[in-house]
Formats: sequence, structure tokens, C-alpha cells
Amino acid sequence: MRLINLRPDRGARIILGALPFVVLALTYVVGSALRLADNPSDKLLPALSAMARMVEVMAFAPDQRTGDYLLWADTAASLKRLGSGLAIATAIALFVGLLTGVLPVARALLGPFVAFLSMVPPLALLPVLFIVLGLGEVSKIALIVIGVAPILTRDLALTAADLPREQIVKAETLSASTWLIALRVVLPQIMPRLIDSLRLQLGPAFLFLIAAEAISAEAGLGYRIFLVRRYLSMDIIFPYVA
Amino acid sequence: MSGLVIEGLWKEYGQQVVLENIHLTIAPRAFVALVGPSGCGKTTFLRMMLGQERPTRGTILIDGVPLPPEPGPDRGVVTQRYSVFPHLTVLQNVMLGPELRASRLSGRVWGAARRGLADRASALLAEVGLAGAEHKFPARLSGGMQQRLALAQALMMRPRLLLLDEPFGALDPGIKVEIHALMRRLWHEHEMTVIMVTHDMREAFSLATRVIAFDRRRNRPEELERYGASVTNDISIWPPRVAGQQTLYDADIPPGRDDPTLTGIATGTTRAAQGTRA
Ligand SMILES: Nc1ncnc2c1ncn2[C@@H]1O[C@H](COP(=O)(O)OP(=O)(O)OP(=O)(O)O)[C@@H](O)[C@H]1O
Ligand SMILES: [Mg+2]
Repeated sequence: MRLINLRPDRGARIILGALPFVVLALTYVVGSALRLADNPSDKLLPALSAMARMVEVMAFAPDQRTGDYLLWADTAASLKRLGSGLAIATAIALFVGLLTGVLPVARALLGPFVAFLSMVPPLALLPVLFIVLGLGEVSKIALIVIGVAPILTRDLALTAADLPREQIVKAETLSASTWLIALRVVLPQIMPRLIDSLRLQLGPAFLFLIAAEAISAEAGLGYRIFLVRRYLSMDIIFPYVA
Repeated sequence: MSGLVIEGLWKEYGQQVVLENIHLTIAPRAFVALVGPSGCGKTTFLRMMLGQERPTRGTILIDGVPLPPEPGPDRGVVTQRYSVFPHLTVLQNVMLGPELRASRLSGRVWGAARRGLADRASALLAEVGLAGAEHKFPARLSGGMQQRLALAQALMMRPRLLLLDEPFGALDPGIKVEIHALMRRLWHEHEMTVIMVTHDMREAFSLATRVIAFDRRRNRPEELERYGASVTNDISIWPPRVAGQQTLYDADIPPGRDDPTLTGIATGTTRAAQGTRA
């Protein structure tokens, strides 16, 4: 039988899916044991037990100074920024993407500009954002928006423009105005694509967030990782990354 | 004169002449079948009727008024593919037109208006043989059912002109017979003129009141670009079919109307379809 026709059943799928994780964990445990056998105070690959201890400290014990549970506080701070950034990016992308996808005039006006924007490396803009918007929340959210919105916008615009011309004409024969075509024909058909696209953009969005937090923040996953990096506290960093 | 008047119609794409010098007068309530070899410009002609393409030269008048330059609800269309909206159920597809017409802001209607509309849509769906499929999505329908749906969707708008581009081209012969009977009945019952592009001569002669053939008059390879297709045959079916009337002889035909033979430039007649009349 050809490989392409070989489909794993449910049990096999779960085992196959778990395999890479198991391999990673085993590699880590072995590597860590080897290094620790060499030098018990090695900090690069701490033992799982040490990591578990730090997770307990960070996640389940209140911080002595503030009384917060650090891991959760950091996660909440980061997720809030991520959420607001993605929400704003989505709103912009829907609006501009729909506009340029549906209206030839808007495409002529904004298409090249959006294409240009999506070429600018967002991280290069980070210093500019910090200077213009200050070191607070706004600049971090803005970075996510700038990083994610142009790509989302182009993706949606392409999806909208790819709808068969026949559908648009059909809607016109059903008395739809431009607005109604966008609302009832195009929008519902680009929504699934928006969700896919958003999922793909989650990775880059996190990247921008961590980068921004690493440079300036009072809380957040990126902040904590880069703070403890100074002490080579891999036992904190790995759980945070996970 | 009322009906459809096409005068000196040319269509060129860049250097290529697709249609040249088409003159046609189509009576109200006629059922015109448009035939011709592939690539001769039948779809292009329908697109111009629809307002999706502009003629390079010439005029199209509907009931004496120049055709608006964009598609509108007075002209319905059913194409071979992409004719229904994949994200709406059968019922929603049929309700869409009236909803869009009634609510210019949200494109939806609610309450009693919605229930009334749903009833009307269900009745029409039953008429085209789709009762029971109201809540399916088009992807789950067979090809024949999708085309019935497309017809129902277009008819909800009560178009004066219904344009069909090989609507039944992809259907197998058994289904075709059924859908032809449906098409004939719809044409009788709904106040509209039909122009149907088809490659199937049987279909053309068994449904239409008039069969028009497009072809190029010059076909040498070096002339292909510069000479387009025009009307090469224009046949009025004999005995004439008349919309809304079962037979000719007990019919009460208003003069000057409903009788394509009065306005068509009959270049020939046929008895081919005598046995298959509705
Ligand atoms: N948008 C366009 N731009 C350039 N040329 C076009 C365009 N649309 C159609 N044509 C050309 O016009 C000619 C007629 O095309 P059309 O689709 O009208 O043919 P048709 O009679 O419908 O053929 P078929 O029976 O295969 O559907 C073709 O030669 C085609 O290449
Ligand atoms: Mg065609």
C-alpha cells in the first residue's frame, strides 16, 4: 500500500502524537543527568526535580514582596497584551482586508501600501515605538498590531478577492448593494480563513510580545525570562517557555 | 417597442473581435435558446445582457430603456457553476434576495416578515422539487438539486429577464428530462423572458420558442482574431410555444405580444419539437 493511503487509527494517532514529546523529555533527562554527573552545580540543564521545585515557588507560592503568584501574574499580564494586540489587529485586518478585497478602488489605493507595511520588520520599529508611545502598555500592544495586522489584512484581502466573480454578480442580481455584498456574501466566507490565519499569527504575535516585554515591562512572561536569564536560572526559564 | 432590442452590438477584447454586429429583437415572454461552437461568445453575450460586461459598440434596450451598466434584480442569472452561496443553507439561499431587498442595512429580516418570506421560499422550493432539503448546505446537494436551487433563488426576485448559461450542461440525461419539465413549467408560470445558452440541440429545440445560432462567418486561422461571431441562424419553433398557454389553438394571443413569430426574423421553421411540448 502507498504511504499516502496509510491512515493511523485513533490509538495509533495518540501514540504517534506523543512520541516527539517523549523523545524530547528523554533527551532532556539523559542530557541533564550527564551534565549533573559531571558537575553537580551545572545550571544549563537542571534536573526535573529542581524544575518542579521552581514551578512550585513561582506558581503556587505568593511572592514575598508583592504577594502575587508570579507565574500566573506574568501569564495574565502577557495574555492581556496579546489579547488586546490581536483584537485590534483583527479589527483592522477585517476592515481594511474587506475593503481592499471587495472594492477595486480601495485595492488600488491601499494595496501597495499594505504590501509595503507587511515588508517592514516590526522588531526594527520597536525602538521607534518606545520613543513615540513611551515604555508603557501601548507600545507593546502596538508592536503586536504592527507585526500581525498587515499580514492578516493581506491574507483576508486575497481570500475575499478570490471569491468567484459569479457570486458577486449573483448577489447583485439579488439586489445587494456593495455594503450588503460585503456583509452577507464576502464576510461570512472569509471568517473561516480569518480564524486559521489568526492561529498562524499567534506564534509571531508571541514573539513580538516577548521581545517587547524583554526590553521594558514590570510583569509578563518575557520580562521574567529575561530577568532571570541573568542568573542562568534555567530551572525557571524552561517552565516559563513551556 | 417593448421586449429586448439589440442593435449593432460589437464586443472586442483588445485586438480580438468576439462578437460583431449583432442585431436582435426578442419579444417579451420569449424563450430563446442560444447555440454555437465553443468560444464563439455566447457567455460574453449573456454577460453583456447582465450588465457584467460593457459592449464595445451598440445598444441594448430593455422595454425601450438602455440597459443599466451593472447587474440588477430585474435580470436573474443561473450559470453552470458558482450559482449558489456555499455558506448558506438551501432555504437561506432562496430567502437571500428578498431579504437583501427589504433590509438595506443588515440584509436580514425578522419576525413575521421572516416567517412570511420563509413560507414563500419553501413553497417555491417545493415547486422546484427541493422540499425536505431546506436545511442542507449546497455542498451536500447533487448537481441537479443545486441547479434547481439556483433557479429558485433567481425566481424569488421575479426577474423580467432570466439568463441561463449552460445551466443543465453538467447533468446526466435522466435528470435533464425532469429539469426540462420543471424549466418549461417555470417559464409558463413566471412572468419572464428567458435566454438560455446551451450546447444541447435537443434541449434547445424542446424548450425554446426560438433558437438562435452564433458563429463566425470567416474561419480561416489568420482571420480568427479580426472577425467575430454573429447571428448565423434564427429559427422560430413551429408550432409556436406561447408562455402560459398549453396549446396554440385554444389560445387567446394578444396581438403584438407573446408571439415570437411576429417579431423574430424567421429564417426557417421546424417541427422537430412537436412531440415534446409542455
Ligand atoms: N475577459 C476576457 N478577456 C479576454 N478575452 C475573453 C474574455 N472573456 C472571454 N474572452 C474570449 O472571448 C471568446 C468568447 O468567449 P465565451 O466565453 O463568450 O465563449 P462561449 O461561446 O461561451 O464558449 P463556451 O461554449 O465554451 O462556453 C473566447 O475566445 C475568449 O477567449
Ligand atoms: Mg460559455
